Amino acid sequence: MNIQALSAQLLVGLINGSFYALLSLGLAVIFGMLNVINFAHGALYMMGAFCAYFLLNLFGIGYWPALIIAPIVVGLFGILMERSLLQWLTGLDHLYGLLLTFGVALILQGLFQNYFGSSGLPYAIPAELQGGVNLGFMFLPIYRGWVVIFSLVVCLLTWYLIERTQLGSYLRAATENPTLVRAFGINVPRMITLTFGFGVGLAALAGVLSAPINQVRPLMGADLIIVVFAVVVIGGMGSIMGSVITGFALGVIEGLTKYFYPEASNTVVFVFMVLVLLLKPTGLTGRAT
Amino acid sequence: MLEARQHSGASASPLLEVAGLEAWYGESHILHGIDFQVREGEVVTLLGRNGAGKTTTLKSIMGIIGKRRGSVKFEGQEIIRAPSDRIARLGVAFCPEERGIFASLDVRENLMLPPEVRPGGLSLDQIFDLFPNLKERLSSSQGTKLSGGEQQMLAIARILRTGARFLMLDEPTEGLAPVIIQQIGRTIARLKSEGFTILLVEQNFRFASTVADRFYIVEHGKVIDGFANADLGANMDKLHTYLGV
Repeated sequence: MNIQALSAQLLVGLINGSFYALLSLGLAVIFGMLNVINFAHGALYMMGAFCAYFLLNLFGIGYWPALIIAPIVVGLFGILMERSLLQWLTGLDHLYGLLLTFGVALILQGLFQNYFGSSGLPYAIPAELQGGVNLGFMFLPIYRGWVVIFSLVVCLLTWYLIERTQLGSYLRAATENPTLVRAFGINVPRMITLTFGFGVGLAALAGVLSAPINQVRPLMGADLIIVVFAVVVIGGMGSIMGSVITGFALGVIEGLTKYFYPEASNTVVFVFMVLVLLLKPTGLTGRAT
Repeated sequence: MLEARQHSGASASPLLEVAGLEAWYGESHILHGIDFQVREGEVVTLLGRNGAGKTTTLKSIMGIIGKRRGSVKFEGQEIIRAPSDRIARLGVAFCPEERGIFASLDVRENLMLPPEVRPGGLSLDQIFDLFPNLKERLSSSQGTKLSGGEQQMLAIARILRTGARFLMLDEPTEGLAPVIIQQIGRTIARLKSEGFTILLVEQNFRFASTVADRFYIVEHGKVIDGFANADLGANMDKLHTYLGV
């Protein structure tokens, strides 16, 4: 047992898990409120990364402001998407949302590929987070440690916002019975729009976090989104905690599989997904919809 | 003719005026022209058989039914085209038949959910005064863990917090034990004495007769008759025919 190799894979697993968690969190929130399976989520993650790239290379705006600006910019784009396209799908079968967002994803990815090709653009690790720490059993790059911790904090803050605040109670109630919540005088359509924007913002945030590690490529989201969907299915569509825990857990499991049985590392998540669907179709923590 | 008799002596215009209200559920034409009025401070009950259109009437007034035509005036303002959140903010509160307690919210969150739409809503102390058992259940982790009677209390309590003075209650006594029904009756009487206006839908007309000032009979999506509580005795035969009891 090579502790260093194992730890390295676990770290990679935790980092992937951070992205899985952040992205599936946004997807779960969007699915809960809008009943839309947002296939464009990967493309929006990609746009977050590109936004960070443009901010740096066109405006000289660095990583730290990008962490705030990119989610807002892409979040606004998400709001535009909801207002112009998604709102017409209210009440329709999930399939329509899936197809529409899939189409949007293809268009977005196609556009970016057209202008930037398929190869990656570089984005440097910010100076404050460069270098690493020698932990004895492994060498921990600081930026990677930052990604895991920051993602955890964001996930926990989001969970707290939704499950423990009054604003969150409006969201949970509107997810359950939007008609009645509106009949109490709450502007539910506006809440739905803002929630979608928030979910998209989370995806974009993951994109910014990802830019220094993975290269900024038009298809970076497409590769990731399939696994993220598996995570959401396993954790339970619409379950906040479920997505976060499952995201991190599956990232770690993937990392472990890469160490012990690398051939299976690409498929282990999907094997899990099939098992869960067979044994507990609503996901590990999800509620039946 | 009906309205003229009821208006004799009353100078104030009605709080709620429904005229020619029609409503559809998809293709189904449920309301074929509902006409009635509710004056401020009254308790008015819509009676009728299952499927007559009573609940649809309340939902249409609340703006929940998508396709509706006709006229609904609240405090003189036409609201037939208004979205439900706007109608709620005008001071109309709705307690649905299924109560609508949220499973993903605890009892306190359920109670605090509807926002204040008018100043002067009941304080928490006043609410616990009306519904003492709610205070005990406040720490409950899930709204739907409450019993049917407690959920009904919660559903009424939460709209009393909003400051709305016009309440629409859809079958508040349905499926509840006689003791709870009495408590609800006392609550409605108390609210009436404090100046609330209440539009009630009830199948249990014996209960309704203990609280209502006036009744309207709804059949096949139309109001076919109406009379005051004082005239109830004289109209019992008619009532038996209409309600099939």
